[in-house]
Amino acid sequence: MTARRIIPCLDVKDGRVVKGVRFQGHADMGDAAELAARYRDQGADELVFYDIAASPEGRTLDYGWVRDIARLLDIPFSVAGGIRSVDQAARCLDHGADKVSINSPALERPELIAEMADRLGSQCVVVGVDSKASGDDWVVHQYTGSPDASRAAGRRTLDWIVEAQALGAGEIVLNCMDEDGVRRGYDIAQLAAARAVLTIPLVASGGAGSAEHFQEVFEQADVSGALAASVFHTGTLPIPDLKAFLNAAGVEVRL
Amino acid sequence: MSDVTVLSYGAGNVASVQFALERLGATVRLTDDPIEVAEAERLILPGVGQAGYAMGRLADLGLVDPIRAFPRPLLGVCLGQQLLFADSDEGGGTPLLDLIPGRVGRLEPGPGLPVPHMGWSRLAIDRADPLLDGVDEGSWAYFVHGYLCPDGPATLARADYGGPVPAVVRSANRWGCQFHPERSAEAGARILKNFLEIEA
Repeated sequence: MTARRIIPCLDVKDGRVVKGVRFQGHADMGDAAELAARYRDQGADELVFYDIAASPEGRTLDYGWVRDIARLLDIPFSVAGGIRSVDQAARCLDHGADKVSINSPALERPELIAEMADRLGSQCVVVGVDSKASGDDWVVHQYTGSPDASRAAGRRTLDWIVEAQALGAGEIVLNCMDEDGVRRGYDIAQLAAARAVLTIPLVASGGAGSAEHFQEVFEQADVSGALAASVFHTGTLPIPDLKAFLNAAGVEVRL
Repeated sequence: MSDVTVLSYGAGNVASVQFALERLGATVRLTDDPIEVAEAERLILPGVGQAGYAMGRLADLGLVDPIRAFPRPLLGVCLGQQLLFADSDEGGGTPLLDLIPGRVGRLEPGPGLPVPHMGWSRLAIDRADPLLDGVDEGSWAYFVHGYLCPDGPATLARADYGGPVPAVVRSANRWGCQFHPERSAEAGARILKNFLEIEA
């Protein structure tokens, strides 16, 4: 077995962590490396860094802070933001990242997943999926970093994650947009449906507001990890308290 | 603290291994040069991705023989552990370094367990060894792999993932970790420190 992973997600701009709904009212949360070290010390199992300025500025992410963070961390981390080629992904790994997460570029050109998996190995290829309810189904959205560009990608979520897996993705992070930032819990139905069609690890994203929400998503959707941002950044839910709660509830976590 | 050479051959996340060793105060040399490898005080063979690709890189760089003949402490990490074995099912059959008998096979943990095995699992320690000095039974280690080393006399510690997963192996002066010690917090740091302190 593996412990259920608790994964803080840090939105990074120019080496600083910002919080708030993406592209609206960013508040500076401090140096990315300092916050990463704090989460490491609190017992985070993995970290995700999202370079929020990279994609809209039409550039790939800044490798300098990837290296700074890699020097500090003794837990795994993935990076995301503006990665559109195998060479860019390889450079992230060369600078010490463990995994690279791709989202819209994979939708534009799904072969990118296969190219990355062939050269770098599936274990470092994470496909992030932004998904929204549509009737009684779920559909993929892309360019969600920018309110003006965000739009439906013309794919069913469950079809797309199966395709991504077949192309060589090593993990899916499913961000349930309807729940994102509202802190009323993960989208259990959608995540359970996704879990049922995948054989690779699935990470839940969107909606965490309390320790109970983590317990629910692990017990009811059987996800390998749960990602969250604001509950950790605001100090609402300290990671040691969350892990103690989950452990007492019988969810296996790394203590 | 000792010197350590890390093979940088285009098939491994070398930076994270390098940084972990530097955190322990080691002087780290990265190389793909066969002579530097042969002369290294101690050698780490990292690796991610496909076994066939990694072996191809080692062959192209003239590194297979220097690694096979390396007489001082050698540590294979993740795919680097798998490369120590004789051959692999990966890619329809791939010859490996053949330093430990046995064939690496596909990880098939059974229903309900995702593949790759990705995340933190506990170590069950079978045998005392200098590499595991001070590593507590049940310590957590971070794994990412879709292929499985054969469980045999070389196994020093196991994880459980739908069956036994050889997590630490040893044959003479060669050790392997299936997990990533550079990403395994306290236990991983202790293992790397122990490796740096093994008599060269």
